[in-house]
Parts: sequence; structure tokens; C-alpha cells
Amino acid sequence: MLVEFDAPLLEQFAEVVARYPEGRQKSALLPILHLVQAEYGWLSLDAMDKVAAYLSIRPIEVYEVATFYTMFFLQPKGKYVLEVCRTGPCCLVGAERIMQYIENKLGVKEGEVTTDGLFSWRGVECMAACGFGPVLQIGPEYTFYENLTEDSVDQLIDELKQKAQRK
Amino acid sequence: MARKLLLEHIDVPGIHTFEVYRQKEGYRAVEKALKTMSPDDVVEEVKKSGLRGRGGAGFPTGMKWGFLAKPEGVPRYLVCNGDESEPGTFKDRFLMTYIPHLLVEGMIVSSYALGANTSYIYIRGEMMPQIRIVEKAIAEAKAAGFLGKNILGTGYDLDIHVQPGGGAYICGEETALLESLEGERGNPRIKPPFPAVAGLYGCPTVVNNVESIAATVPIINDGGEEYAKIGIERSTGTKLISASGNLVRPGVYEIDMGLPMEEFIYSDEYCGGIANGKRLKAVVAGGSSVPILPTHLALKTAKGEPRLMTYESLADGGFVTGTAMGSGGFIAFDEDQCIVRNTLNYTRFYHHESCGQCSPCREGTGWMEKVLHKIEYGYGDMADIDLLWDIQKSIDGNTICPLGDASAWPVASAIRHFREEFEWHVLNPQEAQTRNYGLVNERVMSEG
Repeated sequence: MLVEFDAPLLEQFAEVVARYPEGRQKSALLPILHLVQAEYGWLSLDAMDKVAAYLSIRPIEVYEVATFYTMFFLQPKGKYVLEVCRTGPCCLVGAERIMQYIENKLGVKEGEVTTDGLFSWRGVECMAACGFGPVLQIGPEYTFYENLTEDSVDQLIDELKQKAQRK
Repeated sequence: MARKLLLEHIDVPGIHTFEVYRQKEGYRAVEKALKTMSPDDVVEEVKKSGLRGRGGAGFPTGMKWGFLAKPEGVPRYLVCNGDESEPGTFKDRFLMTYIPHLLVEGMIVSSYALGANTSYIYIRGEMMPQIRIVEKAIAEAKAAGFLGKNILGTGYDLDIHVQPGGGAYICGEETALLESLEGERGNPRIKPPFPAVAGLYGCPTVVNNVESIAATVPIINDGGEEYAKIGIERSTGTKLISASGNLVRPGVYEIDMGLPMEEFIYSDEYCGGIANGKRLKAVVAGGSSVPILPTHLALKTAKGEPRLMTYESLADGGFVTGTAMGSGGFIAFDEDQCIVRNTLNYTRFYHHESCGQCSPCREGTGWMEKVLHKIEYGYGDMADIDLLWDIQKSIDGNTICPLGDASAWPVASAIRHFREEFEWHVLNPQEAQTRNYGLVNERVMSEG
């Protein structure tokens, strides 16, 4: 996917770069990748190359970072990616059951996209909300849904479908 | 009722705003420090308080500050570690969500003590809502003259920026965090040099946990000696405990150091006991990395003394019969939980989060995961249990950062205390698929 960063996005990039000392603009890499992913839903090769050009670093320096951190999507995902915590404490209170329920309900395996393009889901590691498990989050704002039950998952998915229709 | 130093005003409506926080005497510590104390005075108070790092290692904060190199003409940095990712730990998220100005105030006081003019708060990327909240708090503090140039007319300049992570447990390790902040993969650095000498951009740097930095506020307000009066021995002050698992009331609690664990679990003031009327099987007292303890060793030490929530009491008995305070991630397991399955889950986590630099960790975590998977799903044999023991032993202490150790300890302690349950899985592969083993040490427990 070819991208062209528009003026408001470039303005946000510049704001980020200004946080670091002269010559340390590479520090802006993670925040800028988050901004790019929030804009396009994932990080295409072209987007990463353009980030490299913007920060005056080599493309490989962007790839090696984008592939290291789990939050960055290197392939297109559903409009809403349901990320369910799959780590120990959440599993004590039923996270595995919730993941199975979401898989059945959406009819796609972990990482896949529903045919309408709306949903993906995946298990992620501890999200620091263990007292309120099971939990899931949805980017790019990483809104949190706590104390999940099968009913609250049904309700959430319905709401997201309606929200998508309104847009 | 326990004293509350950090969460005193947590229920005040609007406490996340500068206005309300200020009405509750917020930013008094900044006024006191910048107007009446030298940076060295602030360091001295923190030393006197006995405050120990709240992120997991428990290293004395004042001493860490004292190690900071101060070469002429080189900037110094304070970096706050808000990467909270240790399974079982969610206190920093809580603090940043509900009382963000306490962190900002602590950052100003601490930056002043260290002579830093630019400081960063590294917050894990998944906490985007908290990133927004803390950024707003910083903007409000700046508008009120508590940040920026010439703060309160004292001539001290400070800017604070928030940096998002990208989803990597390893970035909670301080040198990996610094790598990440420089726009690199989160690969821990070899120490020495320590960050106090060569940290962010090669400059002297202190990295402190969110809760440690927040704790400097009451320390400056009331004095280090006052803070040190709370607690027992070298465990001073209050501690935020994140309580999760099969408890009636999981959540974040501020306790006085020294609270008996039994009271913490069963008292209505805290967790209110085990959920659904079940019995307690095991406790992980300080985040997934610390050794798991069966109930009888969790509530009492091997000597039969009550186990207290202090660094010393939790560590009583070493790793043979004790555990560690860690980050205060308190996970309770009821009688229906499977220790093998839980150990497999933790090991999968460490395998997934290993950065891959050191062979023992990169290869060992994956190997342990495979062996545990075999046992959990009914294909294990007795030799696998000894194999697991050998692998964890080969990882422990043989990596450049503590992730390797953190992956080894849960496996070692699970085998040490729950070996019968592993053996039961091997001997009863069919049955192990349909039910859990239950309470492992009932005999020991009934004997008290």
C-alpha cells in the first residue's frame, strides 16, 4: 500500500521530534509508527520507508523495530482488532474461555480477518489490568473492556457493528 | 485502617485535574523542594526514607540517585519506567489513570534532585488512554508554572515528555527501556557501564518506577524520617499491591509494609478471601517472575512465623521456602487451578518475550515451553520433570538481564513445591485432560 503523509500528520511528526535533543530524532520512531498505524490501520513497507526517509535513517532501522514490537501490524487487519489478554492471571478467571468464544462468534482464527473486513482478534500478553480480568483492548485508542463475560462480548461486538454502519 | 500516602485522595471527584489536585495541597512538595531545599537535600531525604525501588528489584532509590555521575557540561536524565508489564502487576496503570498529577509532581521533585532539565516518562504503548491522561496533566502543570522555564521563579528549568512503548515486556528492564527510548529494538545492554554513568544518549541517567517516583512526594512533604517510621526493618513506607486471581475483591491496595499476608488475603478491608467460597491453593506474591508458594508456605514461613508483606519476610527461607516482593503483583490461586497449566502459561509468556540475545534464555524458554506442553497435554514422562529442572538451572544467572532468571524461577518453584502434581499428570494422562489435581499439600496443611 502506497501512502502519502498529509500535512496534519507531518505536523504531529514534527511535534514528536521536538521532544529529543538535536540529532536524536530516531527516538521519535516508536511514537511516529504509532501515529502511522492509527492513520492507516497497519504499517506497509512503503509507509515504513517513508518514515525512514522522514527521520533520515535507513529503512532496515525501521523494519527491525517494527518487527520487534508486538503492537505493530505488518499486514492489514480488521477494522477492529480485539486483543484479549492470554497471560496467567487472566487465565485464572476465564480468559481462555473468552478467546474460544470470540473465535466461534467471529468465525475466524486468531490473526485472520472476518469477510466483512470488520474484525480480527488475537491473544496478547499481560496488559497490566489483572484485577479486572478477563480483559481486551481495541486500538488505535486502546480502549479497555474489563471483567468480560460471553454476554458483554456479544454486546461489544454488536455495538462495534452498529458503529461501523453509522460511519 | 492503613495509612494512605499515595492513594489518600483517590476517591476525590476530579482529582485527575490540576485544579482539584492543587486544592488537596498538591504540588506542595515541588514548592518545598525547589524553594527551601538544595538538590542534595532532596536526595538526602529520599535516602533517609529507606524507599526501595517499587518496580521489582527493590534497590534503595536514594542510593541509586547517589550513584549518578555528574560530569561538567553533560546533561543528566531522569526516565520514569511506566512499562508495567509484569504479569500480575497493574498498580502503575491505576496510579496514572486516577491520580496522574502525583506522578508529575514526583517527576519534578526527582528531576530537581538529580539536576535533570529534560525527563521522560516511558509508558507502555497499550496504555494509550493513560498516555493521554499523563500528557494532559503535564500540560496543566506547565500552564500553572510548575514546568517549563524558571519554575516558580527559582531559575530551575524542566520539561517532561511522554514516550510510548511498542508492546514488549523486556522494555521494563531499564537498559532495554533506554534502547527503546532511543528508537531501537528493546535489547538489554551489558552492564557495566550502568545507566548512572552512561544511560540515555550515553549520558548519566536514573531510571525509576512510577510508584517510586510518586512516593517521593510524601517523602518530601513529611520528611524521610517520617516515611521510614512506617513498616518494618528495611521495608519502609507503604506499598501498592496489585491483587488478582481468585479473590473476592481483586484490585489495587495501598498497604503499610509489614501487613501479614493472611490478613491481606482474608480481611474485608483488603481482598475479602477466596472467591466462590473455595480454598486457597497457592500464591504468587510479587509478579509472575517470583517463586510460587503453596498456601502453607505463603501464610507462614518455614519457621512457622506469620508471613508479612515486607521484602525480608517474603524472602525468608530464600527460594527454597520463600519468595520475593518483586513488583507487588499478588496472584491468588484457588483449589481448582492447575499448577502445570499455569507454569506452561508463564513459560510461554517468557518465551514470547525473550529478546533473543542470550542463548540460554532464547533457547531455554522455548525448550521449557515444549516440555511443559508435553506434560500438560498428557504426553510427558517422569524424566521430563528432571529435564525441566535442568533447563531452568542452566538459564538462571546465565543471561545479561533478569528475564532469563524470571523465566527459570516460576518453573523451579512449581517443581519444588508441586512435584506431585507434575507426576500425577505423567501417570494419569487421560484424567489430567478432564480434571485438575486440586489441593496438592492437604496433608501438610491439615498438620498445620
